[in-house]
Amino acid sequence: MSQTSASAPVVEMRGITIEFPGVRALDGVDLTLRPGEVHALMGENGAGKSTMIKALTGVYQIDAGTIRVDGAEHRFHGTAQAQVAGISTVYQEVNLCANLSVAENVMLGHEVRVGPFINWPATRRKAREHLALLNLDIDPSSQLGSHSIAVQQLCSIARAMVVQAKVLILDEPTSSLDKAEVAELFTVIRSLRDQGVAILFVSHFLEQVYEISDRMTILRNGKFVGEHLTRELPRLELISQMLGRAGDELAAIEAGAQRVAREDDESRTPLMTALGLGRNGSIEPVDLELFAGEIVGFAGLLGSGRTELARLLYGADKSDSGTLSYAGEPIRSAAPLASLKSGVAYSTEDRKKEGIIADLTVRENIALAIQANRGAWRRIPAKELDEVVARYMTALNVQPPNPNMLIRNLSGGNQQKVLLARWLATSPKLMILDEPTRGIDIGAKAEIQRLVVELAAQGLSVVFISSELEEVLRLSHRLVVLRDRQKIDELANGPEVTSSTVLEIIAASTTEHEEGAA
Amino acid sequence: MSGDGTATSWIRTVSRHHLFWPVVALVALWIACGIVSPGFLDIKLVDGHLFGQLVDIARNSVTYMLLALGMCLVIATGGIDLSVGAVMAIALSVSLTYIDGAANGESVSTALTAIALGLAAAAVVGAFNGFLVAGLGIQPFIATMIILVAGRGIALAFTGGQITTTHSAPFKSIGSGFVLGIPTPLVIGGVVFTLVALLVRRTALGMLLESIGINRTASQMAGVRSRNITWLVYVLCGLLAGLAGLVYGAPTMAADANNIGQLMELNAIMAVVIGGTKLDGGKFSLAGTIVGALILTTLDRAVIIFHLPSESKDLFKAIVVIAICIAGSERLRGQLGLRRVPQVPGPPTSPNKPVEVAA
Repeated sequence: MSQTSASAPVVEMRGITIEFPGVRALDGVDLTLRPGEVHALMGENGAGKSTMIKALTGVYQIDAGTIRVDGAEHRFHGTAQAQVAGISTVYQEVNLCANLSVAENVMLGHEVRVGPFINWPATRRKAREHLALLNLDIDPSSQLGSHSIAVQQLCSIARAMVVQAKVLILDEPTSSLDKAEVAELFTVIRSLRDQGVAILFVSHFLEQVYEISDRMTILRNGKFVGEHLTRELPRLELISQMLGRAGDELAAIEAGAQRVAREDDESRTPLMTALGLGRNGSIEPVDLELFAGEIVGFAGLLGSGRTELARLLYGADKSDSGTLSYAGEPIRSAAPLASLKSGVAYSTEDRKKEGIIADLTVRENIALAIQANRGAWRRIPAKELDEVVARYMTALNVQPPNPNMLIRNLSGGNQQKVLLARWLATSPKLMILDEPTRGIDIGAKAEIQRLVVELAAQGLSVVFISSELEEVLRLSHRLVVLRDRQKIDELANGPEVTSSTVLEIIAASTTEHEEGAA
Repeated sequence: MSGDGTATSWIRTVSRHHLFWPVVALVALWIACGIVSPGFLDIKLVDGHLFGQLVDIARNSVTYMLLALGMCLVIATGGIDLSVGAVMAIALSVSLTYIDGAANGESVSTALTAIALGLAAAAVVGAFNGFLVAGLGIQPFIATMIILVAGRGIALAFTGGQITTTHSAPFKSIGSGFVLGIPTPLVIGGVVFTLVALLVRRTALGMLLESIGINRTASQMAGVRSRNITWLVYVLCGLLAGLAGLVYGAPTMAADANNIGQLMELNAIMAVVIGGTKLDGGKFSLAGTIVGALILTTLDRAVIIFHLPSESKDLFKAIVVIAICIAGSERLRGQLGLRRVPQVPGPPTSPNKPVEVAA
């Protein structure tokens, strides 16, 4: 780790306060970024990490406090001003234009010009140079969208470096990357750090934070908790600072959600049965049985067909082969509304695009599925809805506990809880959860995991999908292993099954996808 | 500005309401007209009937109102309906052609049948639009442009290429009669507004419309029948456009298929936008739409009252509309410091500046 405590800070944020109607999102928060250092911003969902980043990048204007960049005080009105000051951001969702070429994306606004015209060969050459700095050897004229998310992410870092950023903000950069890709990214981050860039790193993966960061700032409920050198802060201490409660208590929550091997009972009848269910170009025909009271984990890498299979079960996509039956009745043509009516709910993988209705309130978002179930004409009586909303907001501990807030103003973890409330309010018998814990901090994650176990104990059939194999292993009674859009194995979970067991199954016959150019 | 915290925050709350700027603009226009033309604000009771410039404006605004209410719902789903002007012409042509051919044009039953036929024709066109948009997935702009272009041809086919002129006192009264002293169009407008408001706010239709407009995919995943609802909204919009055509054409009893409802689609869209509903769908405001319709009608009248030369009247309207939109713009208010910094509640006079200049 670099020794840089002597160098002057690039960014000094002091006493930052931001208020939204009804909430004080940040309350006197300090943050100091030094050149040549990776600084992790830690905190639960809703602690104010994203708000802090948006204050620094000029998305939000601060109500109190000062922001100094290189010693000079700034008040940013918009991201452009922050960029001029040398602050660049790489967001969780890659925010480049997938339909433009790599060079166009990387060099946007900084093309090599000849008078009013763009010198494309020179521009592509420069793009290649910048990409090479990140050990990325791809064709600059290829379409950005044709590359993996990891490569796209590196492209957006390259873009940040083109504008000569002094401060690079990485907001959950690893949430959709696999292990090798994360290692690749970290190599890049380290080399940027050694060039003197100050890096602000936000991630909910503790392992990664400890691996990459030199220093961390911890927030809780919009307040500054502390700044520590990473090597001086034990994990348990970090967690208890983030949660504001003792670490053992957290350990107890996690332990509560233990894996339970389930004895097979031959006589039980499946709730849902799929026979040769498939969809061309999406997933190969699958046989599957789902039982009441059982958690079935879909294990597999990103793109293995987990989500595709879930969508077929819910009817979000139409199958073109095989049959599906539910509670003994064949389903001719599955569709979301019909599925909901019969008691199947699907919490989608993409919270933003397929989950939340951003401009509606928390209350309306919870009401949506039950209202759709009743049809447009029979509005849920306000009193009845209030009760449902209050019950689930309490049960799931949605923060802030205000049903009339727009859901867009909630943190990711709380949005996810509201969506779970939406589905639970339909009283499902089968609940398909696709990445319900992605981008969520440990506190909320443990809560959701515990909920999953409780639901199954109450007799629900649960399908649990997650990129985190450990999580799938901890919760599931039975595992369905997918690879390359096929179901390749199915096994009962038990103490002898570990992540390496599953990885061996996945790795058994193919080589992993390769990095780089397509 | 001085003032204690509660007063300032009250001003901020009111000025942030989506109806604030439209209502300020409307009142400012009325006051300006009242100054230039004394008596503008007077409302008299003559022979038990309400008379006055404001009553005229309200009555004339009903056409815009009916169109804009339908348009507002369509826009809420993220769509647009360019066909409403043509639908006005179709509905009126169908009604008047029927009366023209009927044995007894003066009977109430003939008039009622004519109205029903006109509205049915409008609903059919709306259903066609809905089929193209919701059923076939064609972009609303393109789908409704078909009727925008072809609709007048259909209307001409009904009238046989003529300007059908006919007589029917009962039919005429929907445009120029009075009910309990109130102009009939105004009564129709009031009843329709109430029905539409009940329809969207007493049922869950309004919320589902907004949900579809904000995020169609997520709504479908939550089981919302977005196709059916979208379809329904286009039928409603067609129906209301047809009614607008009948109310608009009844006083003259002449079905001029080429000219009735020309450019009305744009006025309807403008009324919706002035009322604070965003064109990209989602949250909508029926009350705002009504205010928008009143503003547009008042502008038509103000041009006359201010004795503006006819060549500059469109410019005048454009300036006022732009001023209202700018005043309502979130971004501008943020830059003026209205959004967070409490000490400047902002001059509430900014939207009537053009009026003062014109006056």
